[in-house]
Amino acid sequence: MPITDLHTDIVAEQLSSKFPEEHFTADSNCVWVPSTIIVNVCSFLKTEKDFRIDYLNSITAVDFIDHFDIVYHLSSIETQNRITLKCHLYGRDDLSIDSVLDIWQGADFQEREIWDLMGIKFNGRPNMKRLLLWEGFEGHPLRKDFL
Amino acid sequence: MNIKTEPMTINIGPQHPSTHGVFRIRVSFDGEDIVEVEPIFGYLHRGTEKLAEERNYVQIVTLTDRLDYTASMTNNQAYCLAVEKLLGVEAPIRAKYLRTLTAELQRIASHLIAVGFFLQELGTFGGTPLMYAFRSRERILDMFEMLCGARITLSYMRPGGVFWDTSSEFWEALDSFLEDFPDELSEMEDLLLNNEILMVRTKNVSPLTAEKAINSSLSGPVLRASGVKMDLRAIDPYDAYNLVEFDVPVGANGDNYDRFWVRMQEVRQSLRIITQCKDQIEPGPYRLELPKVIRAEDGAEAYATVEAPKGELGFYLVSDGSISPYRMKIRSPSLINLSAINQMLVGWKLADMIVTLGSIDINMGEVDR
Repeated sequence: MPITDLHTDIVAEQLSSKFPEEHFTADSNCVWVPSTIIVNVCSFLKTEKDFRIDYLNSITAVDFIDHFDIVYHLSSIETQNRITLKCHLYGRDDLSIDSVLDIWQGADFQEREIWDLMGIKFNGRPNMKRLLLWEGFEGHPLRKDFL
Repeated sequence: MNIKTEPMTINIGPQHPSTHGVFRIRVSFDGEDIVEVEPIFGYLHRGTEKLAEERNYVQIVTLTDRLDYTASMTNNQAYCLAVEKLLGVEAPIRAKYLRTLTAELQRIASHLIAVGFFLQELGTFGGTPLMYAFRSRERILDMFEMLCGARITLSYMRPGGVFWDTSSEFWEALDSFLEDFPDELSEMEDLLLNNEILMVRTKNVSPLTAEKAINSSLSGPVLRASGVKMDLRAIDPYDAYNLVEFDVPVGANGDNYDRFWVRMQEVRQSLRIITQCKDQIEPGPYRLELPKVIRAEDGAEAYATVEAPKGELGFYLVSDGSISPYRMKIRSPSLINLSAINQMLVGWKLADMIVTLGSIDINMGEVDR
């Protein structure tokens, strides 16, 4: 059975009815989620029977100078669906977002890598250390202002 | 009498023959039993993602060769598919067949290394299976040399197709490989699949449940060994995979034996795909006429994945309209396949640890990038 992309507006609609106080925007290829509730959204997507998003493909951070995007590529092996979530993080210093490690263990190394190379901390998880570079390295090399 | 014992911590690597490169793992033991593991990465970190931001789209192909250097063909493929998705173009049909064919040859070569070293690490076969594996792999590398002049860092594919068309020399070599290799493979299977030493050492060692494997984002043979039928070639076909027939072998217990067994079965399936590609391919253009310097639209982005020999290899590209990607992220299967390393190792013995690491089949070029 081939994997299909979930309709972003349907996902955004479902999320809006589950979290009425929050604002979700459906883009052509992703759903924008407020960064403060990313963990609630992810665990809803994982447990909700229509979605069953059980597999975290990848987490990425992109530096846009005035803000960062955190991109979650997710899929479901059970229902053969795919969805991309994105969050905005504004500012450059002391950035952090809640960790999804409790939901998907596959987030472990990827979150550490983002802290290491992009300088975004993940709250509520153990072992929040650099992954590739050594402790004591100054700066976060994938940021646009590093070099 | 009670003897007081203390846990002992041993550093394995970064220079250790069993770590497949420069991987370091700190392990605490209670006697022979593992109580804690901590993998330490970064000894081969070259900053590929940062380097890509300074190069144009075609130059990056050579960077991808150096990720998993035992499977550069599939690295090229994943990257080229991502660029094509970004530009909204598709390679011509001949290029698709050539890519599928060469990617499957690469899968055989990579699985032969994985299986060969896995058996070497059991320490009981004295190198024979490794030599069998390398004998066949050598012929694949010879064919790659006929295709593009390189054996390891191939750069054979480029956005829009492949670099060069094939020569008659290549097809002759492929024919003779397809004639000989099934027998060579049978020879390995006869020696190994029911081998008692192998069974005793690997059956029911370091098993991993399907649920745990999915939750840890494992992919490739490691995931399929746990009984999860997930193969991107089947569920999300790219290039010519929707035009060929093949099966997806899955294991039952997710133990070291199953991880080995799945790879052996996949080599057979790869042979099936190669034969079909060879029969179906027709003359035609092998590359799109793209501009010499490729530019994508401002704000465009693409995430493309392929089923690399190690698992799901993904490239996420973001463009700002310039000649280089604004951001290139590599989803590395070797790194993420280590996510479940605690569940796989804790409670097992030191000698099993080396074998389990071999069964995950990591490549440090891809882990550290």
